[in-house]
Amino acid sequence: MSPSTVLLLTLALPLVAAVLTGLFDRRPNVREATTLVAGVLTFLVVASLVPDVLSGLRPEATLFEVVPGVSIAFTLEPLGMLFALVASGLWIVTTNYSIGYMRSHDEGHQTRFYTCFAVAIFAALGVALAGNLLTLFVFYEVLTISTYPLVAHHGDEKARRGARVYLGVLLTTSVALLLPAVIWTYTLAGTLDFTEGGILAGKADNLTLGILLALFAFGTGKAALMPFHRWLPAAMVAPTPVSALLHAVAVVKAGVFTVMKVAVYIFGIDLLASTHISVWLMYAAALTVMLSSLIAMTKDNLKARLAYSTISQLSYVVLGAALATGSGVIGGSMHIAMHAVGKITLFFCAGAIYVTAHKTEISDMRGIGRVMPITTFAFLIGALSVIGVPPFGGSWSKWYLALGAIDAHQSILVGVLMVSSLLNIAYLLPLPIRGFFSAPEGVANPKVKEAPLFCLVPLCVTATGCVLLFFYADGIYRLLAPLGGQ
Amino acid sequence: MSPLGLYNYWVVIFLMMTGFYVVIARGNLIKKIIGLNIFQTSVFLLYLTMGKVRGGTVPIFAEIRADIYTHPLPSVLILTAIVVGIATTAVALALIVRIREAYGTIEEDDLDAINREE
Amino acid sequence: MEHLPVLLIVVPLMAAPLCVLIRQPTLVMGFALVVIWSCPLMAATLLQRVLADGTISYAIGGWPAPYGIEYRVDALNAFVLLFVSSLGAAVLSYAPRSIAREIPQSKHHLFVTSYLLCLTGLMGMTITGDLFNVFVFLEISSLSSYALISLGRHRRALTAAFQYLILGTVGATFILIGIGLLYQMTGTLNMADMAERLRDVTGVRTVLVAFAFLSVGLALKMALFPLHLWLPDAYAFAPSAVTAFIAATSTKVSVYVLLRFVFSVFGVGFAFDTLGLDRILLPLALVGIFVASTVAIFQQNIKRMLAYSSVAQVGYMVLGISFASVNGLTASIVHMFNHALMKGGLFMAMGCIAFRLGSVDLDRMRGIGRTMPVTMALWVVGGLGLIGIPVTAGFISKWYLIMAALEQDRWVVAALVLVSSLLALVYILRVVEVAYFQEPAEGDAHVTEAPMSLLVPTGLVIGATLFFGLQTSWSAGVARVAAESLLGLSR
Repeated sequence: MSPSTVLLLTLALPLVAAVLTGLFDRRPNVREATTLVAGVLTFLVVASLVPDVLSGLRPEATLFEVVPGVSIAFTLEPLGMLFALVASGLWIVTTNYSIGYMRSHDEGHQTRFYTCFAVAIFAALGVALAGNLLTLFVFYEVLTISTYPLVAHHGDEKARRGARVYLGVLLTTSVALLLPAVIWTYTLAGTLDFTEGGILAGKADNLTLGILLALFAFGTGKAALMPFHRWLPAAMVAPTPVSALLHAVAVVKAGVFTVMKVAVYIFGIDLLASTHISVWLMYAAALTVMLSSLIAMTKDNLKARLAYSTISQLSYVVLGAALATGSGVIGGSMHIAMHAVGKITLFFCAGAIYVTAHKTEISDMRGIGRVMPITTFAFLIGALSVIGVPPFGGSWSKWYLALGAIDAHQSILVGVLMVSSLLNIAYLLPLPIRGFFSAPEGVANPKVKEAPLFCLVPLCVTATGCVLLFFYADGIYRLLAPLGGQ
Repeated sequence: MSPLGLYNYWVVIFLMMTGFYVVIARGNLIKKIIGLNIFQTSVFLLYLTMGKVRGGTVPIFAEIRADIYTHPLPSVLILTAIVVGIATTAVALALIVRIREAYGTIEEDDLDAINREE
Repeated sequence: MEHLPVLLIVVPLMAAPLCVLIRQPTLVMGFALVVIWSCPLMAATLLQRVLADGTISYAIGGWPAPYGIEYRVDALNAFVLLFVSSLGAAVLSYAPRSIAREIPQSKHHLFVTSYLLCLTGLMGMTITGDLFNVFVFLEISSLSSYALISLGRHRRALTAAFQYLILGTVGATFILIGIGLLYQMTGTLNMADMAERLRDVTGVRTVLVAFAFLSVGLALKMALFPLHLWLPDAYAFAPSAVTAFIAATSTKVSVYVLLRFVFSVFGVGFAFDTLGLDRILLPLALVGIFVASTVAIFQQNIKRMLAYSSVAQVGYMVLGISFASVNGLTASIVHMFNHALMKGGLFMAMGCIAFRLGSVDLDRMRGIGRTMPVTMALWVVGGLGLIGIPVTAGFISKWYLIMAALEQDRWVVAALVLVSSLLALVYILRVVEVAYFQEPAEGDAHVTEAPMSLLVPTGLVIGATLFFGLQTSWSAGVARVAAESLLGLSR
């Protein structure tokens, strides 16, 4: 098979899975097996393209022309490769986890859940492989729509309200800001193709470029740059596997991926660096990092705390893009993968605790480490990786981000990175500390009772992933090196 | 030409406004249709007036040839428009019969009141 | 082949009275379906020939152009003919099952007759190159649509039809006055001939008055805000198939006639530079979009909600016209087509719901996402199109519209168009929430999916909105050719 056929196959697999899961409504085992098989196949197909991309090939596929000069087209480049690997890889793990979670929780509408999930993965892969802005925008919106039923899954008033905020913020920002930015770019540059070095150089004055960048940065609501971050905490009403999908696998990653992609392939980092139009974005991102970390500390609900933590971590990626230096871009891109694996571990643990011990508030989780030692230990690893402590994956991305900030002569931002890591410690570590060192209330020596195996195995896998990523970060670096011009 | 020399047009405008007023102001559906007919008739008159040539006669070729004829095309057009007008009136009257059967009234105010209640 | 333009009109026109003679409902329907499906085939052939060889002129009865009636087919009206006849055919294929529940069997042959006449009228208005002929066909389509609307089950269909009759006749008479005044100035009724002769008399007050009468009359027929008052009731109480047909075709043909008058007869220079038409159309369109969308949000009857949405969508078409640029006109023309598909499909889906529930109230639609999953999924896809979500046809319209606004540096207009899509989001989402996330009422739990004979045509139309959201060379591509020829930029 030619690489471009493989590219289309990557997209077709989740879509087929969506149709099949829909058809196997009455046979849950077959339905979930289908999802798993599709996940593994998708991952393998994506992975099979890695050598091509590493050797500098850029497989392409074009479908139909939507407006003159702009088609629905796909190009695989390093950044998209990384995102596609993350999304398809974590799909497998999340499916396993969902099986355990949804069954032990006896959730309704499971077929709708699996079908929409597969469509969301399809959309995320579409975003990853998009060859131009229009294609990216199309899949970005498909992703929003397909995740709406997942967020509103429970269907009660609370879920509906959360889902309304979710859809409202994401669609409003994308339609009112991102879409005009796309069309404006088209009128300025006459093309929307992602091109190395950008397409906007010399096409407009600095003021126009600055406004355009603002439209892109805020229009990508999924990147949750303040003040458009409200949807993420609102979406916490969803079942935990959905939160994992939103926070790690697809949605927020699609957001920061879009920002990164626009910075690198539409503006071009040289243009951003030479015109200084992205300086304000660095500070906006830094502000989001600090503010949301502070808000996270005030939240007692574990999932809400993790949600604000995500908002803060996303802005690292935006920061990396705004720095417009080689190291900054590589650090930011790497952070997409590192944060994904770390955060999904944390969410899996939160879900496992909820399913087994029915606890949602951190203050209730004293001694949870004695009841669920493996889960709590995995949480610790995930937390340390998100904080950025070696030997866990997250340390590398923060390292490159700090390097990037130094290259850009932004010493304040280096300080921001340091302080925010301290804040991370302050809001992520209390749970394992309390879990292991405080005595549980009531019973002196409670029995060990872990989550069901389908939940436990995935969270162990991702926790192991955090460690492995530290030692194999070199591969990711080599993949991303072309982005930074190195 | 003095303004009064165009008195046909003044009549057209008068009829048009009268018809329009009746359509808007009358609550009885039959009267509305009468207003609509007056309104349409004014337009017929407009067409006929514009086709009239001063001193012209009926545009029919007979043994006795006249020098000047009135323009026949507007009259032809208006024949069509009259047919259309009659068709409209017929449909409207049929509707009024049905409304009367369904509601028991053909006064617009009563109909509105009944519709609002539902 | 050479007589294709006239056959397109004559075939359904002749078939209509035959239906009255046949009477037997099944036979009538079979006959009408054969007849009506021949129309899109003929229209497609015409479009293909026009795109290949340029404008086709056909002289009725062999009387040459300025004296006889001319049918003139160019890219624009061939395109309109094609989608109007296709949707007419699609909705009639859907009708037999739908009207079985809504119209007494004794009247089925009359329904089919009126339907064919209405389609004839709409296609006639589109194809003709003669001004007076436009009026005649307009009345043919209007009179038959009054009859069609009055067939609705609820008695309010009667008052709605009557109200439409009054306003429609006033509108048509306005158009007749406008045509008369133009004839008085130029002595011709042929559009092309008139365009030539009008050049000598631009600025004469009679021409201005004629233009005013024509545009007000057409604005009434196309339900441009604030002249839309007849539309919501008419759409809400007509039988489902009738609503789907009229909503998909009727207002679009009026928009087409406006385009024809403004660009082909009066000319851009007169309409926009001398008269400043854009200064009237632009605010009306925008206010219409916002007011109608907002009113739509508060409707309980979903057919009425979609009707208000139609008023808003007409606003988008008129907005595109007011830009008077290639992209703006492309947006208008392609939106005529896209909206015909979306609204046609949505009202057909409403027909499926009415078929099972016997009601189109939001309250009754609770849990319908589970009891009628296919219908509701189709409805949602259509609804997403109204919002302008990518992959649906509605996105393409928005794209061109916003591009047209940005090109002329009308930032505020572009922003307002985008914000207005969010209003559409609100009224669509309201239905989605009720349909998917609420439990069905006691009595409605047993409701099952609509029959295939309804679902298949609905699915085809809605599927087309997705198809034309991606493959746009047949919609936006043709619209662009038409827009360029309207502005006199090609051929």
